[in-house]
Amino acid sequence: MSEKNTMQERNMTQVSARQKIVHGASRTLTYAFLIAMAVIVLFPFYWMLISSVKSLDEYRLNVPTFWPRQLLLSNYVDAFNTASLGRLFYNTMLVGVVSTILSLIITVLSAFAFARLEFKGRDTMFGLLLATMMIPGELFTITNYSTVTQLGWMNTYTVLIVPFLVSVFYIFLLRQNFMQIPNELYLAAKVDGTSDWKYLWKIMVPLALPTLISITILKMMGAWNSYIWPRLVANDEAHRMITNGLRNAFTDTTGDVNYPVQMAAVALVSAPLFLVFVFLRKYIMAGVSRSGIKG
Amino acid sequence: MVDSKQKWKAWLYLSPAIVLLLVFTVWPIFNTVRMAFLENYSGLKAAAGMQFNFGIGNFLKVIEYKRFVQCLKNTVLLCVLTVPISTLLALLIAVALNSIKFLQKGLQTIFFLPYVTNSIAIGMVFAAMFNIVGSFYGTENELIVTAGIINNVIEFFGGEHINWINYGSTYEANMFVMVVYIVWNALPFKILVLLGGLQSINKQYYDAAKVDGTPRRRVFTHITVPLLSPMLAYVIITGFIGGFKEYTSIVGIFGENMGPPNDAGRLNTMVGFIYDALETNSQGRASAAALILFAIILAVTMINNQVSKKRIHY
Amino acid sequence: MKVVLQNLTKIFPSRDKKAGKEVVAVNDFTFEIPDGKLIGLLGPSGCGKSTTLYMISGLQKPTSGKIFFGDDDVTELSTENRGIGLVFQNYALYPHMTVKQNILFPLQNLKGADKLTKDQMLERAYEVAKLVQIDELMERKPSELSGGQQQRVAIARALVKMPRVLLLDEPLSNLDARLRLQTREEIRRIQKETNITTVFVTHDQEEAMSISDMIVVMKLGVVQQIGKPQEVYDDPTNLFVAKFLGTPPINVLSGRVENGRVYIGKDAIMDVKGVENQEVIIGIRPEGFELNENGALRCEMNNVEVMGRDVSIVSTNPASISPCIRSIINADNKVDLANKTVRYNVKPHKVFLFNKETEERIRYEVK
Repeated sequence: MSEKNTMQERNMTQVSARQKIVHGASRTLTYAFLIAMAVIVLFPFYWMLISSVKSLDEYRLNVPTFWPRQLLLSNYVDAFNTASLGRLFYNTMLVGVVSTILSLIITVLSAFAFARLEFKGRDTMFGLLLATMMIPGELFTITNYSTVTQLGWMNTYTVLIVPFLVSVFYIFLLRQNFMQIPNELYLAAKVDGTSDWKYLWKIMVPLALPTLISITILKMMGAWNSYIWPRLVANDEAHRMITNGLRNAFTDTTGDVNYPVQMAAVALVSAPLFLVFVFLRKYIMAGVSRSGIKG
Repeated sequence: MVDSKQKWKAWLYLSPAIVLLLVFTVWPIFNTVRMAFLENYSGLKAAAGMQFNFGIGNFLKVIEYKRFVQCLKNTVLLCVLTVPISTLLALLIAVALNSIKFLQKGLQTIFFLPYVTNSIAIGMVFAAMFNIVGSFYGTENELIVTAGIINNVIEFFGGEHINWINYGSTYEANMFVMVVYIVWNALPFKILVLLGGLQSINKQYYDAAKVDGTPRRRVFTHITVPLLSPMLAYVIITGFIGGFKEYTSIVGIFGENMGPPNDAGRLNTMVGFIYDALETNSQGRASAAALILFAIILAVTMINNQVSKKRIHY
Repeated sequence: MKVVLQNLTKIFPSRDKKAGKEVVAVNDFTFEIPDGKLIGLLGPSGCGKSTTLYMISGLQKPTSGKIFFGDDDVTELSTENRGIGLVFQNYALYPHMTVKQNILFPLQNLKGADKLTKDQMLERAYEVAKLVQIDELMERKPSELSGGQQQRVAIARALVKMPRVLLLDEPLSNLDARLRLQTREEIRRIQKETNITTVFVTHDQEEAMSISDMIVVMKLGVVQQIGKPQEVYDDPTNLFVAKFLGTPPINVLSGRVENGRVYIGKDAIMDVKGVENQEVIIGIRPEGFELNENGALRCEMNNVEVMGRDVSIVSTNPASISPCIRSIINADNKVDLANKTVRYNVKPHKVFLFNKETEERIRYEVK
């Protein structure tokens, strides 16, 4: 290889110019693509919102309007009443808050046991627990349905809360976080005479706060979006959850569906989730990317 | 450090979890398997004192059911269509997002939005969009007065409106709407994971590729995709597992009817089949179907694992 | 292919919008790198040497100034089109490809008139693999190779497309001591065989001096001195350069010039012509001392370190700015340890005078 380099000398200015054009074009294309995709993703939200404030006649127009002629906010009031959203909100919040609090306590205790306490068979047990994550939920539902029927829990709040208090996935997540807290802290606390209980609640929990917040949000979202189980076991008016109520309020095989009112209801139901997203987006995304399970 | 006090304490801490798990997780595993093999098992009849034979009768009955085949077909079709499409789209979007600075965070947030929605609530919005509005929602004698926004757009470009989900719509049209909706729902998670993966690739590899004079397409196929392959595999596997459990999306669009008004249950999936059996108190059949579903998911996951072993670079 | 840098400047905007200043990484660097030579960019971390290298490669864009390859202005040209080879400090070998695929990769990107057939590509790949002596490892993956082997693959990948310029970023810093000596000779050998204009970056002055045709000493973005290694060593332009080159480092003392004579404390160590009376900083190379019972410079003896061929005498002097004075004397000289004082004469060409404020070299004729 003693000869000089054999790369052809190209016309530098030509290459330079062409490079600029290609670079500019690809950048424009990228933005165009992303914006097009973003519009598609956002469109249903947009459509929902503007439809929710249209009058039924305007909604039915042959050529649709992309900005409502008049804002019919009474749709929201109608939606609230038709779907009895008040009761639904109450039920869902109650179930959500209670199950989240209880679940957090159980998760914290369990994660601590698996992360810091030593006992025989700890790792085997944890492995077995992880294995159960692979099994689809439907398998459990079938038996749980029989179980709660026999326990007489149909149409109560209990049946909506208790079966889901333990989530192996959340225990796994929290245990990971606990294990990242250096063991030296634990030993130092022990030397200072701290009991395990105190150590857990005064030191580990505050340090693992981000994960706990993620779990809280995901659990609340789970309650908000739950549909299948409530439909099976607690669908009476007193205990109905919000998703079930929404779907049921507008199922209609005779007559017309008042779409704008329906859209208003959807908007009302989606609003809390959206607010949570806006303010706590960081925690949701962090929880999700470490996993894949939605509530 | 294994003093007996710790051991006792550990079990104490774990006790609530263990009790609940035993009742609602461990027992169901055994019981569901048991019920699957008790022919024609029904909770109601059992309470009345009826005895059941041990056998695979439930499985046979399930497979013979015409509805079951339909459900299986729907499930598989949805999976096969939505997973590749959503993965590819998510990959393109993630790569595009990764290459821009301005607006990156904002667009990322926008793309995550579908994740925080209630799949039934937004399903209803999609149903409205694909709908034919007007005095139709009944029998086929009603006149169609106006069209939903999607159809309006089609007509604006000179096409004819399509009956997507209403009375008399075709299976293909229904499927189209479902695929669109499911892909729309699946994008946020995939984009999040893939974007995270892209950002974790060492920038130096891209610099080296520049020095090597690599054109952009080749950088994508020879550097980005191989280095992203673990994430891609994860997204595809979870996509398939989720796809096999598809159910609420369909309820969102079609309601409890699981199909257009003239053909209830047309779009039903495996999970829907299981719940239907449960509602008619045929726990035996439901259990059998659940086990079949589990077996399919397991098989698909293992196949995926095998395939990815060859193609993943760590 | 000569490489011409013209007023090359790189300014990084400050991260903190409030108070921070921007960082001038490279300040007005002008230099013509002759064709086929091995150039070392040398300096402590933060001196701008890597930034300069990356600007030559195109991975960093200069804030102002121009870069020419030969007669072509490549300043605006993207890296892909510059035809350079770059060996990254961490090698950046594609982890999912074998050694062979890594080396073939740049060849597969050649376009147009440069395009090669598959056979030609393989031939070149093996040729360059043999050059760096990794032809036995072609089917391995990077994770299966040692650090030294990985680096050779990186060199092969950089060379295989026969680049106009070869750039190396701290090529030896990740290797253990034994491998370092061996590898730097390899680099020298390869460069001589291929005759490619080569620029490498290092903070190790011994490395730079041992293999470079020319070295460029940089400090905080400013070029301090450019020249052949021995010249820069023997004739530093300022105190920084004098201190940076040489092991053990140069001894620095304060002193003054009075009436043509250089004084350290009360000791007159040598005569100089044409230097004004002033306070000065004096640098004396360790090899610039001669033991003499009646030597002009008196120091307090601390220790004598035996190095076999030489002996290193550690002593102190009140006028010394360095923590101690270290001289290297041939072991044939007998040193009397009982003596508390050691007396030296200095070799004038090993003594440098620097302006006390500017630290610039004061040049003079020796009387």
